[in-house]
This record gives sequence, structure tokens and C-alpha cells, in this order.
Amino acid sequence: MRKIIRDKIGSITFKLMSPYFIKKMSVMKVISPELYDEDGYPVEGGLMDPKMGVVDPGLRCRTCGSKVKECSGHFGYIELARPVTHVEYAKNIYDFLRGTCNDCGRILLAETNIKKYLEEMEEAKKNMGEAAYWEVTNKIRKKLRNASKCPHCKAKQDKITIRKPTGFAEDNVKLTQIDVRERLEKMSDEDCLLLGLNPDAGRPEWMVLTLLPVPPVIVRPSITLASGQRSEDDLTHKLGDIVRTNQRLWENLNAGAPEIIIEDLWELLQYHVTTFIANDKSQVPPARHRSGRPLKTLSERIKSKEGRMRRNLAGKRVDFSARTVISPETMIGIDEVGLPVEAVMELTIPERVTEWNLKHLKKYVKNGPEKYPGANYVITPDGKRKRITDETKKVILEELALGYIVERHLINGDICLFNRQPSLHKMSIMCHKIRILPYKTFGMNLCVTPPYNADFDGDEMNLHIPQTEEARAEAKHLMSVHTQMITPRYGLPIIGCKHDHLTGLYLLSKDQKIPRRVATALLAQAEVETSLPVKKTYKGIEILSQTIPEKINYAEKTITCQKCDKCKEEKCEHECFLKIKKGEIKCGFVDSNAVGAGTGLLLKKMLREYGGKELVNFLQKITLLSLHYLDYKGFTVLPSHTDLKKESFKKVKNELDDAKNKTKKILEKYEKGQLESLPGRTVKETLEVNLLTTTRKTRNKIGRIVQKEIKKDNSLYVMASSGARGKLVQIGLMSASVGQQSLRGSRINFGYRDRALPHFKKGDMSPEAHGFIRHGYKGGLTPTEFFFHAMIGRDNLMDTSMRTPKSGYLQRRLINTLQDVSVNYDQTVRDSGGRIIEFEYGEDGIDVTKSQKGKLDVKEVLK
Amino acid sequence: MNELSKKIIEEAKQYAKQNKKDEKKVLEKIKQIYQEMRVEPGESVGIIAAQSLGEPGTQMTLNTKNLAGVAKMNVTVGLPRIVEIFDARKEPSTPMMEVHLKPEYAEDEKKVQKIAAKILEVKIKEIIKNVSIDLINTKIMLDLNPKKLKEYDIIPKTILEKLRKNHEAELKAGTITVTPKKKDIGAEALYRIKTKIVETYVSGIKGIEQVLPWKEGGKWIIKTLGSNLKDVMKETDFVDITKTTSNNIYEVASLLGIEAARNTIIKEIIATLAEQGLEVDIRHIMLVSDTMTASGEVKGTTRYGVIKNKTSVLARASFEIPITNLFTAAVRNTQDRLEGIIENVMINQVIPAGTGLPRLMVKKRSKKK
Repeated sequence: MRKIIRDKIGSITFKLMSPYFIKKMSVMKVISPELYDEDGYPVEGGLMDPKMGVVDPGLRCRTCGSKVKECSGHFGYIELARPVTHVEYAKNIYDFLRGTCNDCGRILLAETNIKKYLEEMEEAKKNMGEAAYWEVTNKIRKKLRNASKCPHCKAKQDKITIRKPTGFAEDNVKLTQIDVRERLEKMSDEDCLLLGLNPDAGRPEWMVLTLLPVPPVIVRPSITLASGQRSEDDLTHKLGDIVRTNQRLWENLNAGAPEIIIEDLWELLQYHVTTFIANDKSQVPPARHRSGRPLKTLSERIKSKEGRMRRNLAGKRVDFSARTVISPETMIGIDEVGLPVEAVMELTIPERVTEWNLKHLKKYVKNGPEKYPGANYVITPDGKRKRITDETKKVILEELALGYIVERHLINGDICLFNRQPSLHKMSIMCHKIRILPYKTFGMNLCVTPPYNADFDGDEMNLHIPQTEEARAEAKHLMSVHTQMITPRYGLPIIGCKHDHLTGLYLLSKDQKIPRRVATALLAQAEVETSLPVKKTYKGIEILSQTIPEKINYAEKTITCQKCDKCKEEKCEHECFLKIKKGEIKCGFVDSNAVGAGTGLLLKKMLREYGGKELVNFLQKITLLSLHYLDYKGFTVLPSHTDLKKESFKKVKNELDDAKNKTKKILEKYEKGQLESLPGRTVKETLEVNLLTTTRKTRNKIGRIVQKEIKKDNSLYVMASSGARGKLVQIGLMSASVGQQSLRGSRINFGYRDRALPHFKKGDMSPEAHGFIRHGYKGGLTPTEFFFHAMIGRDNLMDTSMRTPKSGYLQRRLINTLQDVSVNYDQTVRDSGGRIIEFEYGEDGIDVTKSQKGKLDVKEVLK
Repeated sequence: MNELSKKIIEEAKQYAKQNKKDEKKVLEKIKQIYQEMRVEPGESVGIIAAQSLGEPGTQMTLNTKNLAGVAKMNVTVGLPRIVEIFDARKEPSTPMMEVHLKPEYAEDEKKVQKIAAKILEVKIKEIIKNVSIDLINTKIMLDLNPKKLKEYDIIPKTILEKLRKNHEAELKAGTITVTPKKKDIGAEALYRIKTKIVETYVSGIKGIEQVLPWKEGGKWIIKTLGSNLKDVMKETDFVDITKTTSNNIYEVASLLGIEAARNTIIKEIIATLAEQGLEVDIRHIMLVSDTMTASGEVKGTTRYGVIKNKTSVLARASFEIPITNLFTAAVRNTQDRLEGIIENVMINQVIPAGTGLPRLMVKKRSKKK
């Protein structure tokens, strides 16, 4: 039986490692710098000694006797001939040396002060916690930096300097590591505490190494190249250097070599140990590989984005995942994802054999890994994993019984997690149901793209298969698409209609005459079950009403709202009010305000009345209805949709000429020096502001002319007023004039000396010379206009590409500061230390996703 | 806790009255709905807040400066401003104040303009037409601009007083002649004195670089570029000190306390997001602001701020500077109690949030029977 209750790690304590401990945890002493002998076997007492574990398959560890994956390795140690300072503790040692007497070894604080500081530390701990407690010791360290006399034995203190990174000198005389170690040995536990070393953590002299632990072979595996040559890990290289130097130092010491040679070797040993620990210290030349590449030693393994911390501990590699291109799949559900058969046969789900599914699972096993739906592996009750092959199939089928686990292929309806990077919010990973489709991409419904921020221009997405019952249950009930309909950012549905869905719904709402034949076909295609009253023709809203459940009452403005002084609601002459009573549309049209992604108020309402599953259903129906209606009606955009009538064109021209005159006048005024400056601005700035406002006004006027003239059945108009894509203003940009290009709130005022482009005279202040585009996109831009337009385009491009990493770092920082903050059982919001951040979440304890736009709307709720 | 707010009770009562329903029943229903709307224990509200604020960051502009209003003031907006707030920088790149005035001043545009001119920091260079140096007599001549003097309501005497602290100064026919006290100085030194004189503070409040009277909700306020809350608050004659604010979080914290700083952070984030047309629920902003100020002083979301004060070594190490964190932990015999999220992720254990929050408690059977 497998162990059901696992032990839990309760806490991890960080300490200094004592030489005694190093010896105790080690299985051997490393003495030989040689790795392998002539026959290619590891040398005994060398760095690859199999006592420290094995990396080659087939070999057995000589300490514990287990094979490669079972043995987690054993430490060895090197007995250093002379002590060596640990780089990362050099600063601590420096402070200890300066803080203690060079004679008696006591801290350079008078007894009274010691007591005072100890009290201060306790006080700080009581009031502000651990961090503050140690902050006091930093203060003491700083204070003792320049103490000149020992208050205990009255000895004079010489100035101690650090010779970076690991050397020390007293009064400019070098202190050897042995001297340093002796001084540290003299320190009492209490003095250590005052200088910021917890006596429970260890002794200060341990910061000067006498034994060096050698990490097991598994930590630094060697790679066998294709040529049969062995390539050793960086750490092995470095350790080799250390052992070699160390052995030479031993030999010279035993031989009684002159002091200079010993000192040189000692320094070399110090260098090797330093770079073994950290190879990026300033003032230490980094140790290099033969190829010239700096070695990646211990601290580099931990550090940075690619280091152990962030690469392997905070995030881990997984099995049972897939990744390909995504493509749109209109006909599958919003909470489904289309998977190619190839993926489905590789990703499996472990299913435990029970009385009820034995028959069923036997069928899968019979099919094997090659035939869908089959199974790839079988796990026996004693934990053995057997691959199903043609040879083993028969045996497995026979022995298959209760307690076995079959890793079967995925089938329709299994669940998976679907994800697109960058995963900026929790809706970037959601749980979908699997649907096997005959393509080689992941298919997804268009409605579910907004939470992922996905499109189909080549985006790839990831998919994971949860492997345990708990994981599956959590995924299904907490991460399913229908539970994530509302974004916690502002409490509105993030999943909804997009683009063509909205166009279709708009046109359908406006259609007054739909023959019965078409109406029934549409409803059938959308899978709406309903009984239409028998009529010859139907209004579009009648058909749409069939999809809306009974309980829905809705009354909101549409996006085309003209913002009249007083809203006439359903009597609106612009038809800008959507009213639904008891599930029946009374007036208006369905637009992005009602069902759009990120804005849909109607969707929000449905969610509250009927829940997520029903909402998914509804969305599915109306999107299909809309798309099939578009199929029936046809929808396209023509160049002629941006045409203007002659009169309007003239009006536009007049406006443009008018603007030209106006700006001319302003310029004349400026040249004469009559222009009065705005408060807090220079005259020149005022001129800029005036010119900018004039051109802006003109653009608005032109926009109005175009909007007035545009027909209601113009496709561009339809898209803009349904909220599908684009704004009405943009029609003006195409047909009439693009207008002033502004760069960071001002006109384009740089480039060449006194002019933006060489096509203009120096000092020309006219709009044309500073980025005013008179023509529309369709009419075509003049070369200078084109340049100005390209300038803005480039600026935007730069902006986006510089913004992404900046906002990414901001998000990482925010997540890191806030990750431990969660709601407790007593409704308080606390961080991991139990510190209260808020007494009640958001001052009212309301969950944004469950609220009415972040509030408890009494009227809305009680309706 | 778990109580309805007064406002909601009031609204519910009104609703009951309007629709002729039983007040008690309505209130009970509202209470029940409120219970349903509450956050569930274990909800990782911190991460949700971080995501809700980080995700719109990708949509913000990087353009640092923007013009606000008609008269236009350059203000830091968008992502750089958000970063600045979360960093809790000591000094914002564009410090600003909103000076509210007492009612008797707030409605009269002329009075407001006068006050605005009064608080604006005026240096000598702004009220002179010309500066010239007389090298032979080692003198500096300042040509005053009478128009500007009138505008800022300054009499030449005050200028003389300011100048006489360090030099000798005399006024003659609209020109101030300054003679340095030290005699026999070279041209270079004289030139240096000139540049110093031109920058001499004359009147107004130090640090206020620009003023802009602004109509907001029928009342006039003064928006200023440059912030000096302390000195503005001293002008109790016309400044409404209960409403006047600054966007400098540290200034607010030191002058008005940590709660005021918390509100400033919230207000500034909301304003920056609104300017970009982005919607974020206030709860998220409040939570970030609360974590930044919970310790009693303003701390940024950096390795020197909030993260430095995390109890867990591993959480700190996983953010930035892991080596330093680990070695400091070793020296201090620090125990990581694995109470946070990332520590448990690291060692493959269930995280203490969400569905990982509930624990089983076993009751020991009493030995009596």
C-alpha cells in the first residue's frame, strides 16, 4: 500500500554549517584531483567517486546501494590545508573584527551599553518583530566601526581594513585567515548576538572554512558527448582546482616549503574557494572555462530568472501538457476546446479500475496505444508501470483487476486546463471540456478569446491534463469557464459577443420582415427550442426574444445614445433604448452594451438570475443565431461605403479652408506680437495650444458632417453603432480628413532645424508643416502627410514595445508583495505573518465578482 | 461586521415604502443577499488585486507627460505615474497640489487669482526685464519690470530686503544696483553672484512653480505645480486646510498621518487609471494601498519596501537578491515557518489559501470512559 498520510514540512531553519556537521554528513574525504583512471573508471577518493552517488544508468551507489534515480547523492568533504574565508560572510567577519577587542576578544561596548542594547533589542522584537530586532544589531555594528579603545581591557584598537573581497588587515598589516579565525573563536555568544549573529545559528569562526563540503555527483552530473568524450560540470571543474591546489599546499606544508610558496598557494586556494561559491564578485577575476566562458558556480545557480529559485522552485516543469496554434471554431461550445486526435492519444488520464468500469477499461486496453480510444500504460497495485504493447497486451488484459490504474486516452467531455501566456490574470487559465476534432490545432470559440487576450494570427496556447481526482475536481468547480465569466477587475462579464456576433445581432434586431421559413431555420440552427406563433413574417426582435429566458427584465441605453438632456427611454426617437420585459424585447436593438465582451449588462443580469451555465448556453444560442443570420443576409464592406456626396465633400472642403484661414489669422497675430499668453505659459506655447485646439475643432466638425450624411445601412455605420468594431469618427478619417497628428500632446515640432521636414521653409508655423493631414485615408495622403503619419505610427510602435517589459515587472512586483494576502475565517485580510492588512475586505466584505458593479444595488437586487 | 451599512438600510427602507412592501421582509432579504455577496474565507484577494492592477498596465501609455486642462500643465501620467506610486518614491516627478479655499474666497474668480499670484513662488528673474554687470565698479544692475511687479503684488522694498542679506543694494529709477559686500572680486565671481541673485526668492511659497485657478463643481480651487503642503497649510486666512491635498505621498504622510497617505495613494491611482480610461474596482486599489501603509509608514512594492518586511526568507529570496537573503537568514538563525504561498509551492506542499486553507482538527478522546 502507498502511504496515504504524508509527512509535512513544518518549517525550515537557516543556520551556519559547522565543520563537525560537514564531516558528519559526508561519506568520504576527497583527496584526489583525478576524476577517472586510465580505464575510465572513477578514481577512489576522487571527485567522481561512486560513494557520492552515481549518474550513469546501471551503476549502483557505493554508499546506499541504490540506482540512479533512487539515490539522491551523498556529500563528501575536502580538508583544507589552511583555513579559507567564505566570501559571502566577509562583510560579517569584517564587522565582527571591528566590533571586538584585538586583545581580549570582547565586544567594544561597555557593560552598561551592552545591557541597554539588549533591552532595546527585546523592546524592538516585542513591538515590531524579528526584523526590527536585528535592525538594532546593524546599528551596533555601525557604531563600533571606529571604536578605538576596548572598554573591558583598555587595549588600544588598531584600524582594521578589508582587502576585498576576502582579505583583512590590521593597521595595514595583513591578517591571515588563521589570525581571523582565532579572533572569531574568542568571541562570546552574547557578543555575537549583539553583533547580529544568533548564537543558535552557529559560531563566528565557522565563517572561515576549514572543511569544504563537496556536493554529490548528482548535483554536478557529467555529460557524455556523442564522441564518447566526457564533459564535466562547471562545479566539478572548480572542485578539481580546489583539490589540486589543496593537495599541493599539503605537500608543501609537509615538506616545509618556504613561506612565500605557501602563501601563494594559500591565496590561490582562497581564490578557488571564493569562485566556487560566487563567480561574480567584483575585484575577483571570474574563473573561466577552457573556452573562455565564465564558470557557473554555486551562487549563479541560485540567482536570477534562470536560477534555481525562479526557474525550478517557484515554477516547475510538468507532464501531460500540450501546445499548438489555436484556430476559431464556431460550432463548438464556449466551454469546450477542440483537440487533435494525435494529442488526445498522447495525453492520458489515470483511471482506477472499479467494478463498474472494468469492462469499459478493458476495451481501452484492448485498443492499446495505437488505436483511439485506447490506453498507454497500466499501473499495477504495487506501483509498477507497464506499457501496453502488442506483446504485453494479452497478459495485461488477463491480470487487469480492481485496484489497477489504466492510463487511458482522453475522450470527449474530459476536462483540461487551457492557458495563454502572458498569464496576466486568473482568467488566463481556465478549465475547458475536451472535444476531439479532426484538425491539428486547438480550436476555441470566439467568445472565450477576451479573457485569454487571444486572436488567431498564429497564437499558440498551452493545455494541461490534471492527473488526480482532487485536481480535476478543483479545476472543474473553480476554474471552469462558466465560473469565470465575470472579471474581478470591475465586475462585468469578460466573456461575451465580439465582432460579427454584434453586427449580426444589430441587423437582426433591426430586421422587420423575416419570412417564417427563414425564421424557423435560424432558430433550428441555433438550437433554440421554442414554439413560434404561426405568422407569415416575423420581426427580428421576436426571433431574438425566443432565446431570452423568461425572468429577464432589462432597460438600458444602447451605445448609440445621443445623450439627450432627458432620456425618453422606450420612446427614444433615435431608437437608442433597449427594453426587455419578461424575456421579450420591447424596443431597441441588441448591442455591445447588452451582450458585448467586457461590457454586457444583459449578460451580467442573466448570470445573476440563472447562473453561469445558463449564460454560456444563452451566449451560444445568440452567437449562432447572429452568425446564421449574417449568412442569410450577407454582410460586407465596400470602398463605396466611405464615399461622400458632392455637397458634403464641399462642406468638408469649406471647413478645411476655414480652419486654414483661422490658423493664418492666429499666426499673423503671433508674428505681430499681439498674441496674449495664457496664464503660466509662454507666448509660443500659447500659440501651439491655440493652433491645436483650432484643428481639433475642425476635425470634430468634419466628423459631424460625415456622420450626418452616412446612411443607416452603411456597413461601417452598422459596425460602429453595434459596437462590433470601430468608431463613427474613424469613418470621417477614411472619407474626409485625417486631421492633426499629435505627438505627446503637441504638434510635430522636431526633426530638422526649425522645421519638421525638409519640404518646408524654416520657421514655417502653419499646420501643414507640423503634421496636419488634410486628406482622408481613401483619398490618399500627400508625401509629407504620409511622413507625418508614419512618425505617429512609429511612436506608437515604440511605446508598445517599451511598455510590455515595464508593465511586466510592475505586475511581478505587485504579485510578489500581495501573494500572501488572503481572507481569513474571521473575514479579516491578513498576510502570511498573520498581520492584519484590512479588518474587512474592501471595507464592506463584498466580493467584486458577486456584486453589482462593485456595489450592493438595492433596487437591482430586489426587482 | 456582517452588518449592513446605514446607506443600504436607508435605501432598502425607501424601496419598501415606494413599492409598499413589508420593511422587515425587505431588510431580511437584503441581508441574505449581502451574506451571499461576501468574500469567501481563503480567497486570495491579494493576488486578485495585483492582477487587476497589473493587467491594465499593459494597456497604458508610456508617454510621461500630458497636458491637463485648458491652460495646460505638464503632468506625469500613465504607466510611469503608476510605477512611481507603487515604488513609493520620496518625491514624485511632478509634485502637485490642489489648494482649496475658504468659502468666502472660493467663489470670486478675481480673489482666487490674487491668491494664486500670492502663493506662486517668485524669483527675481521673473520680475526683471534685464540684468547687466558692471565689471569696472563690480556692480550688478537689475531692471525691474513694473508690469510684473504689479501682477505679483510686490513692492521693490521687499526685493531690496532680500538682497541686503548678502549684498548692498540700492533702488534708483526702477533699477536695483547690487554691490557685493566682498570687495575686489574677479569677473568670474561676479558672474556667479549674478546667477545666484537672479534665482533669489522674493515672495510666495517656496516650491510652487506654477499656479492655475480651476473651476470645479462651481467652486474655484488652485492647482499648483510643485508641492509645499506645509507652508500652504500655514496660510490659514484663505486656505481651507481640511480639503487641500498634495500628490506627494511622503509629504502627506509626514504632515497628515498614515491614513491620509493611504487615501492619497488610492486617490492618485484612481485618477491615473481614470485618465487612461481604465476601470478597476476600488477594493483592489484599497488593498494595495493598505499593504503599502499597514506598517505605519509608506512602503513601496519593492525589495526595499513591503517585500523586505516579509517574514518568510524563501518568499524574499524568490523575489530578488536571493543570495543576500539566504546568507542573512543563516546568520540570524531564521526560521521559515512556511506560512506563505510561494514557500509551499517551492517545497511541493499545499498552499494555505483557497481550498488549501481548511485543516482537520482531531479531538482527543477523553480518557474517562
